[in-house]
Amino acid sequence: MLQSPAGFGAERKSEIMSETAVKTGMRKDAPTIPESGRMRRIVKNRAIYLMILPGFLYFLIFKYIPMSGLIIAFQDYQAYLGVTGSPWVGLKHFERLFTEPMFFTILGNTLLLFFLNLAFYFPVPIILALMLNEVRREVFKRFIQTLVYIPHFMSWVIIVSISFVMLSMDRGIINELLVMAGFEKINFLMSSDWFRPMYVLQIIWREAGWGTIIYLAAMAAIDPGLYEASRIDGASRFRQMWHITLPSIRSVIVVLLILKIGDVLELGFEHIYLLLNSMNRDVAEIFDTYVYTAGLKQGQFSFSTAVGFFKSLIGLILVMLANWLAKKAGEEGIY
Amino acid sequence: MVQDKTISSRIFDIVNYTLLSIIGLVTILPFLHVIAGSFTTVTELAQKQFVLVPTVWSLDAYKYVFSTNTVFRSLGVSVGVTFLGTLFSMLLTCLMAYGLSRRDLDGRNFIMFMVLFTMLFSGGMIPTFLVVKEMGLIDTYAALIVPTAINAFNLIIMRNFFQNLPEGLEESAKIDGAGDWGILFRIVIPLSMPAIATISLFYAVTYWNTYMSAILYLNDAAKWPVQVILRQIVILASGLAADTSGMDEFVRPPEQTVKMAVIVIATLPILCVYPFLQKHFAKGALLGSIKG
Repeated sequence: MLQSPAGFGAERKSEIMSETAVKTGMRKDAPTIPESGRMRRIVKNRAIYLMILPGFLYFLIFKYIPMSGLIIAFQDYQAYLGVTGSPWVGLKHFERLFTEPMFFTILGNTLLLFFLNLAFYFPVPIILALMLNEVRREVFKRFIQTLVYIPHFMSWVIIVSISFVMLSMDRGIINELLVMAGFEKINFLMSSDWFRPMYVLQIIWREAGWGTIIYLAAMAAIDPGLYEASRIDGASRFRQMWHITLPSIRSVIVVLLILKIGDVLELGFEHIYLLLNSMNRDVAEIFDTYVYTAGLKQGQFSFSTAVGFFKSLIGLILVMLANWLAKKAGEEGIY
Repeated sequence: MVQDKTISSRIFDIVNYTLLSIIGLVTILPFLHVIAGSFTTVTELAQKQFVLVPTVWSLDAYKYVFSTNTVFRSLGVSVGVTFLGTLFSMLLTCLMAYGLSRRDLDGRNFIMFMVLFTMLFSGGMIPTFLVVKEMGLIDTYAALIVPTAINAFNLIIMRNFFQNLPEGLEESAKIDGAGDWGILFRIVIPLSMPAIATISLFYAVTYWNTYMSAILYLNDAAKWPVQVILRQIVILASGLAADTSGMDEFVRPPEQTVKMAVIVIATLPILCVYPFLQKHFAKGALLGSIKG
């Protein structure tokens, strides 16, 4: 849609309009309308424009003005001088970003968390969906679905809070169980080593169940005849899963995998910000948390905007790359 | 489907059902533990390691939580923001979505492109913060609602729904002399109640879970919603996070039972609407995956 916004819509529009014209037997809305007709149409639709206006202003003010505000990345922004009065400094902040040792830490953290997410989270919803798909008792299936969807609706604050209560050194249940089993207590929350497993496990807990929905929908569309034929050939349930179900949802898996590439930099600011503390900062700091600390906590508006700009730009390129890859793979893109 | 009754198939079923039951249990066990823990005493929790059904029931934790104003006030904020925010968001979303569903509208594709592009690229945290600040929204409840009023995804779902309504309805209403506002409020919206219910729930959950907007835009602790208070009590009080500002009313670390009680309070409203959510959201999630 994004690639040919005008072409696609215009075609559809004229098609639909000529349809209406034929249906109603009127030639008033003929597909080719002269300029004066367009003006008349705009006036006629003034109520519709009025309906769009508040939303339009919302996008303008809270999405597009901030985009134009990215120019402060090339300034030394001072609040009292404003965007128009602050001095221009060119690429100074970007140069600083690439020479800052923290930059490579953040980049490393981001990439590592992304790959952990890919390796340990991504397959879970697929496996879970395969298991759920084999359940023939609808009641049991729905019951399990109801349970595993719950965490998705909880905020990250709740997910992280529950984890903290359970992992706490001060009578957290996990540490109590460790002591009972004869081990020493582990300070999960203040440890660099435990940050990454904790991050991935929390994502699995919150999203794995919800992630099955799209796979289950794809599985529901598989022709039951395929299973029956394979059963007559003596295929076991496991073989059916492997040779019928899995290949049938291959395209969905490919699309979701590719789309994930576009999300490399979106590791969940809310989530990581909650887990971040002085003890695990070396492994937990990512672009968003760095922007927050440098910008809002330390007041380096221009520098942190430069960091955010860099991140958004790479993100945009990755999404477009992912979409191109998806189309290359013969799948429909996201736009 | 023909029943498959071989022994290997039976074994497969037994293993599968067992594993799924375990997965389901593990998913909700943390919630059950926290709920149970919140209804018992500190000593009980300390002595019996794993409380699922406590032997001593107690409301001490809840009494303590509500002994100060903090949690109570934040609940009020969250309820208000959720209610007003959902209304405001739905109004803006429905109006814009209906407008964009009209195929005869000049400039429609331009506006759609404008909306879609915001899903791919954004000005980011600091420029958005500066706009919110310029508008004088810092430390107002409106900062929790207005800067995130329309979700582009929800907007597109609504637009697609409106677009798929039969066109003849509007045509005949027009012939009967109805104006555009009349068509929207008397015909289109009453016919779209399932979609409106779904999207309202989407918004309501988002507003209830609002946390980042409050961290970014509200310095005044008296205006914090319950999620932020939860973070203060459970996460910061563990003496962990680098940022320990705003710990005014809970100076000494709260007991485990108190933390659990606050978690339950912040979770309960979601659990109450969950039966509706699950039904609608699954549909909504699939709606969203269909291309605009």
